[in-house]
Parts: sequence; C-alpha cells; structure tokens
Amino acid sequence: MSDWKLVCKLEDIPQLGSRVVKRATGGDIAVFRNAEDEVFALHDKCPHKNGPLSQGIVHGRRVTCPLHGWNIGLEDGHAVAPDVGSCSKFEVKVEGGEVFLSV
Amino acid sequence: MSKPRLVLIGNGMAGVRTVEELLKIKPDHYDITIFGAEPHPNYNRILLSPVLAGEMTVQEIVLNELDWYKEKGITLHTGKQIAKIDRVNRKVVADDGTEEAYDRLLIATGSTPFMLPIPGNDLPGVIGYRDIKDTDEMIEAAKLHKHAVVIGGGLLGLEAANGLKLRGMDVTVVHIGPWLLERQLDEVAGKMLQKSLEDKGLKFLLQKQTEALIQGESGRVAAIRFKDGMQIPADLVVMAAGIRPNYALAEKSGIYCNRGIVVNDTMQTYDPKVYAVGECVSHRGIAYGLVAPLFEQAKVAANHLANYGIGRYTGSVTSTKLKVTGIDLFSAGDYMGGEGTEEIILNDPYGGVYKKLVIKDNKLVGGVMYGDTADGPWYFQLLKDGRDIHDIRDHLIFGQNLVGDVGHAGNSKAASMADNAEVCGCNGVTKGSIVQAIKAKGLFTLDEVKKHTKAASSCGSCAGLVEQILASTIGGAYTPAASDKKPVCGCTEHSHKMVRDAILNQHLTSKEAVFAALEWKTPNGCDKCRPAVNYYLISTWPHEAKDDPQSRFINERSHANIQKDGTYSVVPRMWGGLTTPNELRAIADAAEKYNVPTVKVTGGQRIDLLGVKKEDLPKMWADLNAAGMVSGHAYGKSIRTVKTCVGAEHCRFGTQLAMSMGVKLEKMLFDMYAPHKVKLAVSGCPRNCAEAGIKDVGIIGVDSGYEIYIAGNGGIKTEVAQFLCKVTSDEEVMEYSGAFLQLYREEGWYLERTCHYLERVGMDYVKGKILEDEEGRKVLYARLLDALKDAKDPWQTSREGDAIKQFEPISI
Repeated sequence: MSDWKLVCKLEDIPQLGSRVVKRATGGDIAVFRNAEDEVFALHDKCPHKNGPLSQGIVHGRRVTCPLHGWNIGLEDGHAVAPDVGSCSKFEVKVEGGEVFLSV
Repeated sequence: MSKPRLVLIGNGMAGVRTVEELLKIKPDHYDITIFGAEPHPNYNRILLSPVLAGEMTVQEIVLNELDWYKEKGITLHTGKQIAKIDRVNRKVVADDGTEEAYDRLLIATGSTPFMLPIPGNDLPGVIGYRDIKDTDEMIEAAKLHKHAVVIGGGLLGLEAANGLKLRGMDVTVVHIGPWLLERQLDEVAGKMLQKSLEDKGLKFLLQKQTEALIQGESGRVAAIRFKDGMQIPADLVVMAAGIRPNYALAEKSGIYCNRGIVVNDTMQTYDPKVYAVGECVSHRGIAYGLVAPLFEQAKVAANHLANYGIGRYTGSVTSTKLKVTGIDLFSAGDYMGGEGTEEIILNDPYGGVYKKLVIKDNKLVGGVMYGDTADGPWYFQLLKDGRDIHDIRDHLIFGQNLVGDVGHAGNSKAASMADNAEVCGCNGVTKGSIVQAIKAKGLFTLDEVKKHTKAASSCGSCAGLVEQILASTIGGAYTPAASDKKPVCGCTEHSHKMVRDAILNQHLTSKEAVFAALEWKTPNGCDKCRPAVNYYLISTWPHEAKDDPQSRFINERSHANIQKDGTYSVVPRMWGGLTTPNELRAIADAAEKYNVPTVKVTGGQRIDLLGVKKEDLPKMWADLNAAGMVSGHAYGKSIRTVKTCVGAEHCRFGTQLAMSMGVKLEKMLFDMYAPHKVKLAVSGCPRNCAEAGIKDVGIIGVDSGYEIYIAGNGGIKTEVAQFLCKVTSDEEVMEYSGAFLQLYREEGWYLERTCHYLERVGMDYVKGKILEDEEGRKVLYARLLDALKDAKDPWQTSREGDAIKQFEPISI
C-alpha cells in the first residue's frame, strides 16, 4: 500500500492554481487544481530550465512554465510538442474534500 | 452506424492540408480515402528546388510519412490516377479499376506545367518542372549532359536554372518578356536580379521566342532554335513557362469549370457534395499557385466539411520570394503602379538595394524590394491593413525601424546572411538552424517557426527577419491577416479587437462570460488569452469586473518579479525617484534581515532587492510598509516609474519643477494597469536629463510651460517619442497625459506598447481624440481617475485573507 500523506483541503488550492509542497529531500512538489477540480502533482521543476511550474498559469490539463513559456501536461508531466522533455509526476487523490499525496 | 465517406483526389499539399485541418477540428467524422497519381506520400513540392540544387534529399521533403496515413486510419492509394467521377452514383473510378464511393468528395488535382506547342516538345530530354520525377530526370541529365536551357524566366524557371547550374551544367534561361520575373518585379529590380544571377554564372536570352526544338543523332533533343534564326545547343530543355490547372477530370464529370474548377467562398463546387482546393481551383476568377492561399483555402474547406459552416475564403493578396540562395527579393500587391498611383523609390545600384513603394489615396497598394527585404512583412501588413500612411510618408521607404531594433546586429538581408549569423539575439538562434527546422520539419508559418526554433518568441524584434528567412526558404508563404483580424491565440478565431468590442458592447464582466459569448475552443483559455481577457475586463469595467489572479502572469499574482532561479525581486516605490534617509535605512534593514544577495539601482531610479524567497515576500513587504513604502509595480503590465531630473528645485538650468511634477503624475497613476508596461519621465529643461524622449509619456519643461511627448520606447525597439502638444500648467500635464494613457488603456491590445499602439492608429487619430476634442479628453481623463480612485497597495492587500496562501508552502 502506498503511503498517502494529507496535503491540505481542496479549497486551500485555488481553482486554476497550485500550492507548493516542501519535502526534506528530493525537491518541491507542485500540486495543481484545475477548473474541474481535478488535482495533479508534479516535481516543481520545468524540464527546460528548472522553472517553478507551481508559479505558472494553469489551463485545461496543462500548466505554462513562468520562465520561458513551455507547456507541461499535468497528467503525465510531458512537455507539449514541439518541446521535448518531462518532469516526474506523483500520485495524488482527493477524498472528503482533502488532498492526499503519495510520496 | 457507419461514418460518412470522404474521398480526396490528389495527394498533394493543398488536399492533405485540408484533411489535416479537418482531423484537427473533427477527428472521427469521416472514413477517409486518398488517391494520389504519384507513387509518393505527400511531400513538400516547394522544396523541390533545394533538392535539385543538391541542398536536400527527397526523403527530407516528405511531409506525411506513410505511417501518418496509417495512424489516422486513412486509406491511401498511391500511383493511381482517377479516370472518372460518377456523380450520379457518388463514386470515383481509378485507371486501374479501383472504385470508391463517397458522401463528400474533395478535388485537389493541382496543376501541370504548360508545354509550349512547338515542334519537338515531346522529344526525350524535354520536360516540365513539377514533381519528384521531373527533378530526378534533371539530376540525371546533369550527370550526363552539358547544355541546359530553361524556357521561362519566372520564379520556377530561375530556381530550376540555379539548381542545374549548381549541378554543373551550362545553363541558359530563355525568356519572352523584356526582363525577368515581369509578373513580380518592375524593370529596375528585374535587371538587378539578372545581374546577380549572371554573376553566379547563368546566361540569359531575353525577348526570345522559341520556334522549335531540334532532335540530335541520339534521338534526344540537341538544340533550340528561335524565331530570329539563332540556335544554341540544348541537351536538356526545361519548360517553366507557366502552369495549367488540372481540371479536365472535373470538367469531364460535368462540374462547372472556367480555367479551373469554379468554387464559391466555402470552396464548394457547383455540386454541393464536391469541394475543391488548391491550384486546380478558380476562386472569384483567380487560380492561386502559392502555398499560403492554398492553406487558407484548406482551412475553410475543412471547416465546411466538418459541418461547422463558419469561415469564408475571400481571396488572398500574395507576396513572392525567390528561393535562390543569396538573393533577397520581395514583391507584393500592385508593384507596377499606374493611373492614380504615386511611387516612392530608393535606388542604390552600388549598394545593391532597390525599393519601390506604390501608393494610392494615401495607402500602400504594392511594393518591390531588392537587396534589403527585412521590412517586407511590415509593408505587407500596412498594405493588408489599408492604413493611412500620410503621417509616416516621409520615412516610409526607410522601413519600420528607422532608428533600429537591437539584438540581431542590424541584419537586413535575410537571404544573403551567413548560416552562422545570429538572427534571434534573445535565444541565440542562427539563420542556419531556422532554415534547417523549416526544411526538416515542414514549417510554413511564423508561428510554427517560433514554436520549433524559439526564434522571435521572446522579444519578437527579429520577427521580420525570421519571416523573410521563412519566405526565402519556402517562397511566397507569407500572407498576413489584417491586424484587427488576427486571432488572440489558438483558443479562438476572434481578434483582440473583437474581444474588446464584445466585452464593451455586450457588457461582459467575467472570463466565463467572454468564453461563452465568443465560443472559446478551450474550456478556460491558455497562458496567452487569459491575461489578455482579464486585462480587458478590468480596464473596461473597473470596480465591476472582478480581477482574477489565476489569469495573471506570476509576477502580477505575487507582486514581485520572478527570477531565473525561482526567487523574486522586490522594488519599493520611490515617487519620482525621490527617497529619504529613513526609507533607505528600512531598505537596508530588509536587505540584511532577508539575506538579499544583490542590491541594485534600476534604470528607472529605484532600488531593486534581488534574490528574495517567495515565502519571505509578505514579511518583507510588511517591514517596508511600516516604513511608509508601497509596491513599485516593477513587475506589472502597469505604471512602472516616473523618472525625473532634479529640475528647477536645484538645477541652475531648470525651468520647471520636474521632481514635483513627476511625483504628482506618479501618485495619480498609482496601481494603473495597462496593455503593457508604462514608463514616464519629467525633465526640467530641454537638456532632458530624465531621457523623456524614449518614454511612453515624456514631459519636458520649457520656460513657458511643458512639452508633452508620447509613445517613445527605449527597449527592444528604440523609438523616439513624438511631440503631442505644449501646455502651460501642471494640471494640464496631468489631464493630457492621463487622457492619452486612458485612450491607450481602452483601445490598446494586450502586450502592445504605446509605440505599437500609435503606429497602428496613427498620430492624427490620437491628436483628434486628445487635442481637438476637449470634451472627449476630459471624459477620458475622468474615466482614468475613476478607475484609479480606490487604488490600494497590493503589498498590503495580498497579505490579507486567502491571498496570503500562495506565499505559504505546505510541509509534509
């Protein structure tokens, strides 16, 4: 069984926004919420030049990196073509209005 | 239920592009079958010239690999010519007997080279220039034979001649006209072109009429004879004397044709089940042979095939480019002029530059450029927009950037630039890598080039140059939409103007309402349109439309400037560039307390604290607020700074109180958002130490009052501000400057600086609104003051309530 950790309430993440989850090791995780209340989690580092994806604009199931505008798919962490690259993703779920992350 | 069947006749660029557009908007609507007469998948016919010249291989110019057809579930028949369209039973029959039924038929049979009706035109060694087969034949001929003759001095003929020369043949171009490219160039430019090509080793025979092709002993063509009796050797004759649309099949099946398959604005033929696109089509009496119009047709046809029924093709103004390495040539519109037109000409034969602009009723209607073509896209845009040019007439011929863009070393000769020359100074993209990407990836538009290479995707000042490199690589691909019709982004077909108008006229006050009213294609826009729509909402309906932080770029959401390492920079406001020992002490304390690694003085007379962690921002702001300082908005598409000189307060030359005037302006404009950043300056005398000449609004004190200058820019594009008017009092400075800025706020398109706005609407228009319409000016000024009446410091408000959450990381 994976190790689910409570992150916050769903409402603590703005729609079309994100929150940053700090870890002791391994780098920050960005947890996103889109307009349909789907929640996604990615390593907070753009595959291009390590930009903090958590600070980007969320649209549909994508986030645009604030540094140079790469678009990253929220479901798989892959850069949208023609850009190439990917960042790691994390399992995340919403239960009873609370967001859990598997790390 | 089975899907309706779509059959495409013609596996070329226009037809397959239509299918691609269709799959993009309605992927599963049809079962699709494609017939192609050639044995190849869809390839980039435009790049046959580089193949002939030995710069590319056939494999490299394939646009859709066989796998693509398979992936999309398309049935492809190559090497099969359609012999018959049975419209009664709605099926097509190929020459090998293959039959295929259709519910919708798309004809894209293209064109064939026109073979002169002269004796010997069917001899071995006499070919047209159209497809891979012809190209292969020319390459083979170049290995075995010496003398090549190209009949036709048009675009295709010259490219063929250039390629054969590079393959080692002795090439003569025979042309019936008085100069080369007489359909694209005027005489002067045509002669300049001929000279450059002669320098490359090509020979020309102009005003020659071919009488016959003469057979040699081997049975192959051996010579060409002209009507004046002259005869020259020819082992290979390439006919490039024009193309003829392939419409025989359609005509035979009873579809109305008139020098092409006649279609309406939806690309539909007289048979409503049959559509046609590409070179075989006659639209409003015109058959197009360049790729850009064909792609526009493809888009429209796809939309109607998908049953959306929106979009009309209304014809194209085309521009042309010769794809011969090292030759810069551009022409567009009515370049010959005539009755009622005027010409502006710049002719420098020694420098190899020639430009001619044709003007009618104060509008640009055509132009030819040779040698320096970087401004081609700009002229073409002016032509398309039909903008009144009388106010820029005196410097129009010198191009858009009289003063000069920076960052690409002043290059203006796209085609003759070296491959390793840097085009985009922001992203370090060379000409070679752009050309490589265009060819290898089959790119056709500036947007595609931007996406794939990143050239022109940051500051954009090299866009004209990139456009020209694109054009010189693939020929006349450039057909801009009129500025006010360009879509905001891929989420919509609506332009900035249409979105602004809809928000105002339909009283829309939320992004959801905008997306619904204008039928946005994506559920919540993208990083391009959301910030634009958000700005339009809050600027059109201040106090009513609610600002949406999630639609703002991070800098405006966190009220600080994001840096490359994810930290932020903090710039406290110093009104008019003035500060006090107390403020400086508080800044120093904050810098130490939050371990700020870099403290820098900015170009706008402020202090920048760089390298602040996001979670420290609210605490730092609290400290700075406590010392009486507020946000400097150094991060926003907003009022940035009002720079001042010391003025008459201290300076022995000062005529006006520049510092006091600057502080008043800056306080008036506090927290003003705009389409882009806004910078002001106030100088106390014409020595202009505050550099007011390159600001969005620049004020210069003179003995009798103030001069107001507008729309200057000191950044990407150095643009000197233009004189608006002279006023006598501080109150007038506020009113006139405020009214201009409000006009820009209400009419500017998102990310359009004042200099671009002014270029678009013209100085006369602004003068009409600000100087000639006193009532209007006062109303604009009042609207500005109203919009800003309860401005609050964002450093204060973003520390309150839920807004603080974004600054608080979660630990697990």
